[in-house]
Amino acid sequence: MTRHLLNILDLSVGEIDGLLRLASEIYDRPADYRDACRHQILATLFFEPSTRTRLSFESAMLSLGGNVLGFSDAASSSARKGESVADTVAVVSGYADVIAMRHPKEGAPMVAAAHSLVPVINAGDGGHYHPTQTLTDLMTVRREKGRLSGLTVGLCGDLKFGRTVHSLLGALTRYGGMRFVLISPDELRLPEFVRRNCLDATGVPYTESRSLEEVMGELDLLYMTRVQRERFFNEEEYLRLKDSYVLTPEKLRSAKPDMLILHPLPRVNEISTEVDADPRACYFRQAHYGRYVRMALILALLGKEKIEP
Amino acid sequence: MNIDSIRDGYVIDHIAAGKAMRLYQMLGLDGLDCPVAVIKNVPSRKLGRKDILKIDSRVDLDLDVIGYVSPNATVSVIRDGKVTEKRHLAMPQRLVGILTCRNPRCITTTEQGLRQEFVLSADGRTYCCKYCESPA
Repeated sequence: MTRHLLNILDLSVGEIDGLLRLASEIYDRPADYRDACRHQILATLFFEPSTRTRLSFESAMLSLGGNVLGFSDAASSSARKGESVADTVAVVSGYADVIAMRHPKEGAPMVAAAHSLVPVINAGDGGHYHPTQTLTDLMTVRREKGRLSGLTVGLCGDLKFGRTVHSLLGALTRYGGMRFVLISPDELRLPEFVRRNCLDATGVPYTESRSLEEVMGELDLLYMTRVQRERFFNEEEYLRLKDSYVLTPEKLRSAKPDMLILHPLPRVNEISTEVDADPRACYFRQAHYGRYVRMALILALLGKEKIEP
Repeated sequence: MNIDSIRDGYVIDHIAAGKAMRLYQMLGLDGLDCPVAVIKNVPSRKLGRKDILKIDSRVDLDLDVIGYVSPNATVSVIRDGKVTEKRHLAMPQRLVGILTCRNPRCITTTEQGLRQEFVLSADGRTYCCKYCESPA
């Protein structure tokens, strides 16, 4: 049966740990893997613009010796002519060995997986999920913090449409001793389905706050997110909420000395550029780790490396 | 109040009071030309009050719709004036083509030929879109 990655919860904790181990191994010894996917093709179907995720997938496949084809926005695909996701994927899965797809509509990768002959990786679907960003986030925490348990994690900004937040919460609740602090304006609070599935169902403790400063000192990890203009139907509401939280060196004064600052990027102005020099800021290293977890994932989905469940 | 007995059809009993008209519409009973009785607010020992639907025809009934609208309802199959089968319903695991996702960002709003599908949540009380997981 063809294996897909639509939601981070499609992977067991054992599989995630296996992927992170493999990603670290590739990170430390990239030359050992440079021909691992020779003569294989990754299709990047990006119905929504992306820089980091698409380039990271392409870099991952090229670093494995494979090839890449695809499109980088819906306007340059048959979607513009009204072709369905199902038809697009049914065709492309005959041209490639693995597909990475980003789509603005939530649940689109599930439709793709149902019509694909090859593995489909969800590279972000609307405000829903972004599992490879989560693998990237987990690799960052594991490498920078040395563990994935016993952490107080602050999630700040757009928790409503922030798909990276939804996927990360789902993954972290499965590790022991986690506690979450949800920091957002009322309008961008965590959606009910995530609260129900990730927090209520697991009983993991969490608190909510509107103020970042009030909770800063408690956090081992601060995950900042951008308020995304493209998720709003109403421009006025976006303008009102976009600067809800801006992380500055002054606000970091009360933070723990070893707190990690993560951000899925792109950043607009929610983290001041002055913070970049702070050793706790690891969002650029985080983006680099993304290439290695995607290499590990491609190897696993193509059956080149076995990941134990 | 006299309502003729059913010869060949169904009696949907123990419908939660006030739900019969919703069921009538969702089952498409308004399109039938056979006798259909909608009986509302009948005293019930078990429920206090209940609604009943009687359909004097062998139509195809979507039991998932009935289980969704009123999970405690029962369906009696009547043949030649006698009850030949009585079914107790429960909330179905899946609802296909019954509800419409209200999330404007859901793939079901744009994808051609994609049927709406909702799945019963772990709480056993609510349904969520199979694709975007928004609540019904």
